Amino acid sequence: MINTRDILETVKMIREENLDIRTVTMGISLFDCISDDAERLEKKIYDKITTTAKNLVSVCEELERTYGIPIVNKRISVTPISLVGAGLSPEGFVKLAKVLDRAARELGVNFIGGFSALVQKGAVRGADNLISAIPAALAETERVCSSVNVASTKAGINMDAVKRMGEIVKECAYLTRDRDSIGCAKLVVFANIPEDNPFMAGALHGIGEPDSVINVGVSGPGVVAAAIREAGDCDFSTLAETIKRIAFKITRVGQLIAAEASKRLGTPYGIVDLSLAPTPAAGDSVAEILENMGLKTCGTHGTTAALAMLNDAVKKGGVMASNHVGGLSGAFIPVSEDRGMIDAAAKGVLTLDKLEAMTAVCSVGLDMIAIPGDTDATTISGIIADEISIGVVNTKTTAVRVIPVWGKGVGESAEFGGLLGYAPIMPVKGESCADFINRGGRIPAPIHSLKN
Amino acid sequence: MRAVVTVIGRDKVGIIAMTSAECAKYGANIEDISQTVLDEYFVMIMMVSLEGLNVSFSEFSENMKKAGEEAGVDIRVMHEDIFNSMHRI
Repeated sequence: MINTRDILETVKMIREENLDIRTVTMGISLFDCISDDAERLEKKIYDKITTTAKNLVSVCEELERTYGIPIVNKRISVTPISLVGAGLSPEGFVKLAKVLDRAARELGVNFIGGFSALVQKGAVRGADNLISAIPAALAETERVCSSVNVASTKAGINMDAVKRMGEIVKECAYLTRDRDSIGCAKLVVFANIPEDNPFMAGALHGIGEPDSVINVGVSGPGVVAAAIREAGDCDFSTLAETIKRIAFKITRVGQLIAAEASKRLGTPYGIVDLSLAPTPAAGDSVAEILENMGLKTCGTHGTTAALAMLNDAVKKGGVMASNHVGGLSGAFIPVSEDRGMIDAAAKGVLTLDKLEAMTAVCSVGLDMIAIPGDTDATTISGIIADEISIGVVNTKTTAVRVIPVWGKGVGESAEFGGLLGYAPIMPVKGESCADFINRGGRIPAPIHSLKN
Repeated sequence: MRAVVTVIGRDKVGIIAMTSAECAKYGANIEDISQTVLDEYFVMIMMVSLEGLNVSFSEFSENMKKAGEEAGVDIRVMHEDIFNSMHRI
């Protein structure tokens, strides 16, 4: 018989502390759909996705009932569309985005990721055309997510792409201006993009991945926050141990679901992503974890150290619990999706500068941050360049998902709804960085990229 | 295959009888049972064997949940592997 205390601990985590599986994401390769005929390409892609993932939602629902744990999101990631549709015009890419949207709706998945381009060193025509298509594609679809990798530790930073993405973000904001510029919430600009990330909006199915794969993202900020609260006034060694133990337990559930989903779907299991992903719900906040460690408000002095310790302990606990760990695997700090972050930003304690520092010690970057709608495109590029350089120099993934909310300014807030939450608009610096951004070209790869 | 049935709610007459009767109805054999009162809540844990189950696992778990709702308690049926995974190496 399993220990009664253990049973009650698990049930309490699910009942009261929002423990869930955040996402089961099926990665699907679209390479075998490539065709020089646009209509044939669209049909093959639609058929491949809807056939391969036919049972994804029903199997996940079966697992929810069997194990009694909610699986919040069922999602799809695909091969970067710029590669599959390399010959398409921008209009052709917008059409293809609508096909992806239709496939996602047909399957009942809430997001499909991979409307993506990898341009860390330069853009081929397909990537160029896809990037041009992003604003219309995101405005005219509901479930499609887009990402662009503009830098890597190996290649350096493609500053032409950084400049362009500032403009694209602005255009996305304009085209979805009637919905608080929500298009920008579905677009992420990356450095060192992972090829097996199950989380949106940055998920794609990498070129070295199998034909299809199951990746699982666990969650559990509420469980970690509760464990820290219960640990009380202890020193850092004990605190780290507490987090490791709880991360182990959370990840074991992810591992179980990944293995079972893989078996029932007849699809190989890829990775478990250890990221602590918050939601706007009460008690499901990464900020609350940091505050339970002893910070009055997330964003005050000590926040970076607290987050660094949390992120490290989560990995150490999680890595023992799963045979393949991957994706982003760290604590997420999306402002609009985390009740504690929202409150801290509204109080003015959590600022853009502090968030940037925090991203140096966790995944994934400046995430879901609302900024004034009149922010200049080059300023957005400057924000991207700063964040991306943290990733490139520290050989880690970083990303930017900022929303210049059209027609709104500091003091107002943006409402995205559902898991995307809401966010107070944060100020950006008014001084121009246009002359820096307009230089163009590439920032060379750092010296420590030369490892061979 | 075994599952853990947990019943959590305000203590009142007949909860054990109701849960046991529901288990019997679907062919789930109760192997072990324990109960306790935590704060003011009644907590019962049953280990049930599902070999003789006459409905699918999903239906069993859904029907138990509904029976719990009607009786004003929270009944969860969870495959034992979630506890084994979490608490045993």
